Amino acid sequence: MRAATVFYVLVALFALAVPWVGIYPVFMMKLLCFAMFACAYNLLLGFGRMLSFGHAAFFGSAAYVTSWLVTAHGLGPATAIAGGVGVAAALGFVIGGIAIRRHGIYFAMITLALGQLVYFVCLEAPFTGGENGLQGVPRGTLFGLLPLKSDVVMYYLVLAVFVAVFLFIRRVVHSPYGQVLKAIRENEPRALSLGYDINRYKLLAFVISATLSGLAGTLNALVLSFATLSDVQQSNSGAVILMTLLGGTGTFFGPVVGAAIIVTLQEYLSDYVGGWVTAIIGVIFVACVLSFRRGIVGELVALRQRRATRRMAAPEPI
Amino acid sequence: MSEVFGIPVAVILGQLMLGLVNGSFYALLSLGLAVIFGLMGVVNFAHGAFYTLGAFAALLGLQLFGINYWLALVLAPLAVGLLGVIVERLLLQRLYGLDPLYGLLLTFGLALIVEGSLHQVFGATGQSYPVPDALAGALNLGFMILPLYRAWVIAASVVVCFSTWFVIERTSLGATLRAATENAPLLQVFGVNVPLLKAATYGGGVALAALAGVLASPVVLVNSHMGTSLVIVVFAVVVIGGMGSILGAIVSGLVLGVIEGFTKVIYPEASNTVVFVIMAIVLMWRPAGLFGRE
Repeated sequence: MRAATVFYVLVALFALAVPWVGIYPVFMMKLLCFAMFACAYNLLLGFGRMLSFGHAAFFGSAAYVTSWLVTAHGLGPATAIAGGVGVAAALGFVIGGIAIRRHGIYFAMITLALGQLVYFVCLEAPFTGGENGLQGVPRGTLFGLLPLKSDVVMYYLVLAVFVAVFLFIRRVVHSPYGQVLKAIRENEPRALSLGYDINRYKLLAFVISATLSGLAGTLNALVLSFATLSDVQQSNSGAVILMTLLGGTGTFFGPVVGAAIIVTLQEYLSDYVGGWVTAIIGVIFVACVLSFRRGIVGELVALRQRRATRRMAAPEPI
Repeated sequence: MSEVFGIPVAVILGQLMLGLVNGSFYALLSLGLAVIFGLMGVVNFAHGAFYTLGAFAALLGLQLFGINYWLALVLAPLAVGLLGVIVERLLLQRLYGLDPLYGLLLTFGLALIVEGSLHQVFGATGQSYPVPDALAGALNLGFMILPLYRAWVIAASVVVCFSTWFVIERTSLGATLRAATENAPLLQVFGVNVPLLKAATYGGGVALAALAGVLASPVVLVNSHMGTSLVIVVFAVVVIGGMGSILGAIVSGLVLGVIEGFTKVIYPEASNTVVFVIMAIVLMWRPAGLFGRE
């Protein structure tokens, strides 16, 4: 069996066993939501080479809309999730449409500014609860059948959605559409000269990424039963960039690794170092940019490829 | 003549004045960003953090060593500029030749380190810096009250901005700087120390940010996150003005500050977002920015 297959089987077994081995399920759900967020982000950064600094806008606005639909209108989780994800997709269409007019660093600055615009809207809009956010969001009953109040049921739902998103992103990247997206990443003028409408391809990648980020945000809000300003804040956009970068941009499993590390650090490191967490995350950011730009998984893949080429290059015994 | 649209003229002028003060900070910061980007191709996300450091340097200098405002106005930018040179030599210069996005990410990490540490050491509550005695009062102009310190901030930033513009566009040092942006290897062949030039530029750019921080310290609360949201607005200002243009950065900084102040009078809810909305509109109409070239 290939090493990768063994690895995925082990991870799957672990993920299934989580509620029964004494790991706090809410923590694992939060981790999975951020892993989903990072995978969605990676579709844009890793495969489209678009560095968005405003992805918290999609994560956070979907979280707010879902929480608002549940608390103020008493909608069920399925409808509320659909509403939140729909808003994230629409927002992705608008913000993406404006941002893809520029490249590289300009793209980054524009998404940052528009993300901040969404933040201020969430701060000042009448239905978001201002500084307090929306608290006490009930999880409800999915399709009137599945009560999500139990952490175990909710965990398996989040796990199932995560696996679906993960496989969907793989499918997208390996599809003809994904190939064109990668071609645009490598050489935009050439892709353009081959007759591809590059802006449509990039916008679609942006909208898919925003939609899936929204899905992650709404699930996270239901898991924790609140939506707050920290969901939509610029630091959240920074966190998802770091997760993707640390794990490995353009690898499938990298963002999951990165999200696991960062969420664990945020959750447990503060017990030891208190408020220094932000500064430590900054140090990791700098170290990552300076010394392992391919990320953890990316470096491992590169190491294996180097070994393979060395083996091939070695002289055949006579 | 004392009211326009039911709003007293004095209130409108007061808000415009405040807007112009904010605009001066935008202008100083976006000028530094434009200079750094022009020469080094680095989008300095840590610009807000250096602004905050400037304010803290002034505050700590006063509290620990009794350094007065006027001295701080010189010393704080020098100290922060020196720190900038060290940062460039130790960290940033390793990223030259790579995708400029890495410079953005590195400086983002730096901003987190600076702001996270300041937050941890000095807490979340802001401290105020006393207005220097010479500028404490206010002038009664008849139609409005003009606080002296605010007038000083505006005058000082306009002078600093235009001297910087003059140095870069009209002197031989500026010509060397501009030559380095066009063709650094060729300039090196002529015997100019380009790495030194880049380090000095980064130091100079962040010193401008620190100067803005010192100027701001008596009118805002000095705290660890005073630069965090400011730098995002300044990025929007730079996108509106067009990144390459120094004059564009200055003018759009001042103008957007005034527009923001005006929005506070007419529709206060939108005053936080107006700059971003303008950015979106400008991008749809002129993707390269008002003064930029694609």
